[in-house]
Amino acid sequence: MNTRVHPAGDSAWLVELPERIDPAVNARAIEIARAVERSALPVTDVVVGYRTVMVFVDPLANGAEAAGATLESIALAQADTPDTAGPLVEVPVCYDEPYAPDLDDVAAFGSCTPDDVIALHLSREYRVFVVGFVPGFAYMASVDPRIAAPRRSSPRVKVPAGSVAVAAGQTGIYPAPTPGGWNVIGRCPIRPYDPARTAPFLFRAGDRVRFQRVTAGEYRASTQWGDA
Amino acid sequence: MNLTVVKPGMLTTVQDLGRRGYRAAGVPVSGPMDAYSHRLANLAVGNVPMAAALEITILGPELTAEGDLTCAVSGADFEVRVGDAAVRANEPFAVPSGSRIRFGARRRGARATLAVRGGFDMAVTLGSRATHLVSQMGPLGGRALKAGDALPVGAEGARGARGAGGAGGAGGAGGAEGAEGAEGAEGAEGASGAAPIPLELPDGGARVRVLPAVHRERFTGEAWTRLTGERYVVTPQSNRMGYRLDGPLLAHVGAADILSEAMPVGAIQVPASGQPILLMAECATTGGYATIGNVITADLPLAGQLAPGDWIEFVPCTREEALAALRARERALLGVTA
Repeated sequence: MNTRVHPAGDSAWLVELPERIDPAVNARAIEIARAVERSALPVTDVVVGYRTVMVFVDPLANGAEAAGATLESIALAQADTPDTAGPLVEVPVCYDEPYAPDLDDVAAFGSCTPDDVIALHLSREYRVFVVGFVPGFAYMASVDPRIAAPRRSSPRVKVPAGSVAVAAGQTGIYPAPTPGGWNVIGRCPIRPYDPARTAPFLFRAGDRVRFQRVTAGEYRASTQWGDA
Repeated sequence: MNLTVVKPGMLTTVQDLGRRGYRAAGVPVSGPMDAYSHRLANLAVGNVPMAAALEITILGPELTAEGDLTCAVSGADFEVRVGDAAVRANEPFAVPSGSRIRFGARRRGARATLAVRGGFDMAVTLGSRATHLVSQMGPLGGRALKAGDALPVGAEGARGARGAGGAGGAGGAGGAEGAEGAEGAEGAEGASGAAPIPLELPDGGARVRVLPAVHRERFTGEAWTRLTGERYVVTPQSNRMGYRLDGPLLAHVGAADILSEAMPVGAIQVPASGQPILLMAECATTGGYATIGNVITADLPLAGQLAPGDWIEFVPCTREEALAALRARERALLGVTA
C-alpha cells in the first residue's frame, strides 16, 4: 500500500495511505498508529483518519527531529495484513417518532418507505473509521446506497444528543447537542461519551457496530440522556 | 479561598494548557488561545505552567477575592485595578480579601490571562481543567463564567492537573503542541532570575509565519501566492474554534472536501467557498476540508491575540525557522532575548 509521510506544520506529521473509504486502508492506518504509540517518539496524540494517521509530536523534545524518518520506517515496516476488525459494539436505536425527524426525507431519497430505511440501516454491520469532531463521535460506514442521502441543505442549529443520523454514506450518533447537517433517523439511549463511566468512550477506530431496534417504551426505560 | 464573579466580562473561561492524549477519542485540546501568556502569568505567581487560570476576552470581568490572594495578568494589555490602584502586567500583585479586581479599557491584544497563586482548584476532566465550550467539557460544566460563580483557589504551590490526580494521557507535554510539561513538573520556570519577556502584542493586526500544509498541492499556485502575499481580516464570525478570514479567495485544484482526518491547531482550512478558516485552540479534532498552510507553533500565541476586525498576514517560512522561533519563544520565557 502506498504511503507518504508529510509534516503537518512544525508539531505534527501525517501518514497518508491511498485515498478511499476502505476497511483495509483504515485497518492499516490503525496498525501504523499502534506501532507509533509503541515507539519511542515523543508523541502527544496519534489520531486515525479514514486513510491517514496524524502524529502529534512535541517538537522540542528529545528524539523529535527523528520523527519523519522514524514514521517512514514504521509505515514501511507494517506489512499488508488482512483487515483485523475490532470488537463488536451493539447499539440500541429507537426509530420511532419523535426521534426520527428526517426518516421521511431519507425514504424519499431512496424511493422507499420509512420502514425500508429502518430495515436497511439495521441490515449492515458498520465499521468505525474515524473518531472525531466532538468527544466520542464515531464516523461509521458504509450505509446501503439507498439510504446514503447527502447532508441536509440547511444544517440544524441544534441536533439533540443521542441522535442517530446518516449522510453521504456514513452513519453516526451525536454525543452532545451540537449543530449538524446529517439526516436524523433515530435516537440511541446510550451516551457515546460518558465521563462517569469506567470506559468513557463507547467507540474506537476499527470497532464493528450493529444497531438493534428498540421501541419508544424501551428507549424511555433505558435512556441516559434524561429525556424519558 | 475563592475568586467570585461580580461581572463575567464578554467571554471569560477557566483554562489550563489543554487536554492532551485524548484526541483519538475526539476530545479537542482546547486550552488558552495564547498559551505563552498563560505560562507567563502562572510563572509570575509561582505556579506550574499547567495551572488553571482565567482567559479573558476583549471585555474583562470584575472579581472579588475571598481570602488574601496573589494574582498576575499577562497577554492583552488591559487597564486593571485592585480597588482603586492600577496594577502592572506580568508582575504579581496582592488582592486582599474583600477587594475587587476590575478590568477596564483594553489597549492592545484580545485575550488576557489572570493567574492566581495556587491555581483554580476545579474539577479535572480527562487530565485537564481546560474549558471546551462546544462540547461543554471542563470546569463549570464547560461554560464561560457567570455572575455569582465562586472559583475555588488551590493551596499555594499546588501542582497542575496531572499532579492533582488527573490521568495525563499519552502526552505530558504542555504548550502549544508540547514543550513545557516536563520542565513545568519540576516547578516554576525562569529559574535564571531574569524577567520573562512578554509577548509583543498586535497593534491592529499581526504577521504570522506559515508552512505549506499537507494538502498544499490541492490548491492552485496562485492560491498560495495570495495567501502569503495579501492581507486578510479576522471576521466577526470568529471564536475560540477558529477565525473566518475575509480576503482573497483561495482556489482548489480539485474538490475542497477530503476524507475526514485529524487537524492540528494552526491549520488554515479552506472550504469550497475559498474563504480560509484559521483553526484555533478550541478546534475540532478532525476536519473535512483541505488545508493550505499551518501557522507555526511559535506564532500561535500572537494569532490568539487577534480580535475581529484585526488584519493578519501570512509570511512563508521554513521548518528550521519555525523550530528556531519556538526555541526562541522558550528562551524568552526564561528572560533570554533571541
